[in-house]
Amino acid sequence: MKKKKKNIDYGKWGLLFILPFFIAYLIFSLIPLIDTVRYSFFEYYRSGIKVVGPNFVGMKNYISLLKSDMFLYGKNTLILWLIGFVPQIVVALVLACWFTDLRMKIHGKQFFKVVIYLPNLIMASAFALLFFTMFSTNGPVNSILLSLGVLKAPIDFLGSVLGTRGLIGFMNFMMWFGNTTIMLMAAVMGVSVEVYEAADLDGCNGIQRFFYITLPMIRPILAYTLITSIIGGLQMFDVPQILTNGQGNPDRTSMTLIMFLNSHLKSKNYGMAGALSVYLFIISGILCFFVYRMTNDNDPDGSKKAAKKRAKEERRRARS
Amino acid sequence: MKTNSGKRVMSIFAHIVLILLSFMCLFFFAILLINATHSHAELQKGFSIIPGKHFLDNLRSVANDGSFPMFRGIINSVIVSGCSAALCTYFSSLTAYGIYAYDFKGKKVAFTFIMAILVMPTQVTAMGFLRLITKMGMYDSLLPLIIPSIASPAVFYFMYSYLQSSLPLSLVEAARIDGSGEFHTFNRIVLPIMKPAIAVQAIFTFVGSWNNYFVPALVIQSKNKMTVPILIATLRGADYMNFDMGKIYMMITVAIVPIIIVYLLLSKYIIAGVTLGGVKE
Amino acid sequence: MKRKFVSVILTAAVVAGTLSAATVVSADSGEGKVINIYSWNDEFRQRLEAVYPEVESTSKDGTVTTLKDGTEIHWVINPNQDGVYQQKLDEALMNQADAADDDKVDIFLSETDYVNKYTDKDADVAIPLKDLGIDPDKDLADQYDFTKTTASDTDGVQRGSTWQCCPGTLVYRRDIAKDVFGTDDPEAVGEKLKDWDTTKATAEELKAKGYYTFSSYADTFRLYGNSIESSWVEPGSTTIKVDQKIMDWISDSKEWLDAGYLNKTVKGQWNDDWNKAMSSDSKVFAFLFPAWGIDFTLKPNWDGEDGAWAVTNPPQEYNWGGSYIHVATGTDNTEHAKDIILALTGNKDNLLKISKDYADFTNTKSGMQEAASDDAFASDFLGGQNPFEYFAPVAENIKIAPLSPYDQGCVELIQNAFSDYFQGNVEFDKAKSNFETAIMERYPEITEVQWPE
Repeated sequence: MKKKKKNIDYGKWGLLFILPFFIAYLIFSLIPLIDTVRYSFFEYYRSGIKVVGPNFVGMKNYISLLKSDMFLYGKNTLILWLIGFVPQIVVALVLACWFTDLRMKIHGKQFFKVVIYLPNLIMASAFALLFFTMFSTNGPVNSILLSLGVLKAPIDFLGSVLGTRGLIGFMNFMMWFGNTTIMLMAAVMGVSVEVYEAADLDGCNGIQRFFYITLPMIRPILAYTLITSIIGGLQMFDVPQILTNGQGNPDRTSMTLIMFLNSHLKSKNYGMAGALSVYLFIISGILCFFVYRMTNDNDPDGSKKAAKKRAKEERRRARS
Repeated sequence: MKTNSGKRVMSIFAHIVLILLSFMCLFFFAILLINATHSHAELQKGFSIIPGKHFLDNLRSVANDGSFPMFRGIINSVIVSGCSAALCTYFSSLTAYGIYAYDFKGKKVAFTFIMAILVMPTQVTAMGFLRLITKMGMYDSLLPLIIPSIASPAVFYFMYSYLQSSLPLSLVEAARIDGSGEFHTFNRIVLPIMKPAIAVQAIFTFVGSWNNYFVPALVIQSKNKMTVPILIATLRGADYMNFDMGKIYMMITVAIVPIIIVYLLLSKYIIAGVTLGGVKE
Repeated sequence: MKRKFVSVILTAAVVAGTLSAATVVSADSGEGKVINIYSWNDEFRQRLEAVYPEVESTSKDGTVTTLKDGTEIHWVINPNQDGVYQQKLDEALMNQADAADDDKVDIFLSETDYVNKYTDKDADVAIPLKDLGIDPDKDLADQYDFTKTTASDTDGVQRGSTWQCCPGTLVYRRDIAKDVFGTDDPEAVGEKLKDWDTTKATAEELKAKGYYTFSSYADTFRLYGNSIESSWVEPGSTTIKVDQKIMDWISDSKEWLDAGYLNKTVKGQWNDDWNKAMSSDSKVFAFLFPAWGIDFTLKPNWDGEDGAWAVTNPPQEYNWGGSYIHVATGTDNTEHAKDIILALTGNKDNLLKISKDYADFTNTKSGMQEAASDDAFASDFLGGQNPFEYFAPVAENIKIAPLSPYDQGCVELIQNAFSDYFQGNVEFDKAKSNFETAIMERYPEITEVQWPE
């Protein structure tokens, strides 16, 4: 009797334990979300010190956003993300292999790990401000390059599209390649030594080893990195915002979606910001769907098994 | 033999690349620190690699500037980040434990729901969030920067997978037999087991909150409640501050040095923690 | 170890908290004990400290000034750029009715670029001076008329007052003048810059010797932008009309930049590159500054000896800046506010002292005429030259451009949008449409932008 009663209680305890999470989420995320959606159908903004609205306008905000440069900012976001992500993943893969390959005899591993992870912890806003002053036309970087004789005339980094985008990408790269390296390293180390030993016995060279064993084996982690990076990329804000003072110069080519949202929030244009938020929500919903698919597909044990199988096959093939 | 020398060449090459990358990572901090020791007049003359003698002058002018209360900002940031880290890790663990160790109606739904909101950007709800906290009278206060961290799906997921790998349910059963209350079991038995995971997530939440700019920039109005990133961001646009670049470099230094020190002290755990996160499987 | 760390932080937090709360002293008058003043820098505080006789002391960090009767002035400082100052001020003004007395805005400052927004009759956020017991016609009779017009609403009711008036001049490097023209005499140099055509010929001379005439296209903006014929936005309208003068600025700037008369690496003002253009290594010949610019901007950025710069007439008369003092509706400090306005903007002796100490061109017609011929106003920084000789005649001729509440956004964003065009990043038409996009983001109510043919 007593025991049974206790069993029922346990379930209640579980509910009780997860309650704070859901209350906090309800209040601070769900209600705001609904509010945001509601006002996206209204004309509602502040003009100077006077408030205009809220007046119901139906889909007007959505339509005028479609006519605006929203897609362009989406494209900017994508480009800025790619400029940072591609070198990040390449460098991280190479470093992860080097770090884990005992025969490379890398000295000072811990030191390197600490150093390359360091930029990840730096406040993006401080980092952006630092870059802004360093790469100004008469700033330290130009001044050093000039005095070394590398350059004849200073480079106007922030005055050109390539320069600005390049700097933003470079900063994102610096901030994240260390993190990715360490993640991938752990994944590579997770691959059992036997697999590699077997591959060596079979006369695999380094490149084959990388493409036929390492890469397939760490696929789940690569997917994880990709997804988190895409989500981070979609939310890109601090770095371009501060580097270009919120303007996305030159020619608004480094204006990201969240910067666009921020400029509406700043002018207290609740209606327009609401509609833009809904669009962003849809985009992240689509991404979310992919994450869900990906995590289900890549049931880690399953993939590992598959990879092992593949490695075994390799071995067999090599033997015969 | 040939492969050996090839390996050696590769190894040397790898070291060179690593040194270059490390140089790149440290270079900017070095310039920052050097520039923070120069006066505005010295900086006007162009960059010089030799440290100047104005480190303390610059520090003093940062400390004494009431319109950019940097040290007040650091205290605010410490309060916000510290509380966020504590709330976030505790409640995430609690939620994870609630779902992991108990059976109840709607458990599946709850889990799926949390996983679904994992990737939703906070910016999407920013507008409604701002209106809501204004109505609740929490506008321009530190609370709305702290309390929402109770619901952190990503940390929950981390804690959940950690529990899966390191908490045998039999242990909970044993505690029950010993007459331990459920809440007591969680605080006295489960939490200590989760210590490594909590430590790691506490650090990450702390750093994330320390560096957060978007939400505080919307919520905070008054000077004495500003956190470090907002103060830093206002520097970018401030019309009169720019007359003392030495002071600006010093402010950036002051903003990032605490985190670097914490990092260097805890780097071992942090780096181990990164991998705990993604590669739990 | 960890526990120790935490407790250190906690102690620090507690100490900081008590420090900031501990210094509230009570005053005895019926007036509020705290005067909150909103501004964007410490310029006003310095002037107040210099001439307001009631000032006792200011805290070390510059946030609190205590008056002799115990009343405290709390300075709320936010940067002007990117509209931050106005956002914070608007926020506070909108909450004015609900705020506790000691949290209310009592006095706030505005700049010529957006003074119009706050003197608006319907918004009614600034108390008419008459209601404070100040009679502008009598008490402020010695002020320059254009400053009074600027601070008035559409009915001509004055709702603010300024201590400064900002006739612009041209400041040039004596050593460069000697090198290029063989003389550094302000009269002779002024002759070479008497109008835009002559200045262009002079720019060619400077270029031949490797010098830039001005640092950036933003430097000349005020000369065009502050002499527009009609306002950016007519009252009640939602259409921005870009003035022909602005288009002239765009075409001239492009021409000057391409011709190499401006330093291409300096993009706009208030940045590090611009600061460096004022240093001794720079090749920039001249800057266009009103009095405050010389004292507040040029001086701290100059790293050479005093006496290297001199003032002369600009190619075109202009006005740049001007900080207006307003008393906020709902204030509980009307007596102090009245006192402060009279002491800072209606007292000739005080104004002359400000001119002497801070080289401001102050808002007193008779005083400034005296200063122009008084050697006591000579400046060491300008090598003993008396700049007021050049400021005063410009001030007499200033016709303030018609204002609108959108001026600051328009001025900031048009420079920003066309900056890309000057740098060769975009075509002319793209720059136009970029301006349209940006201005409509900043001001959602704007429906159309009209460009002159």
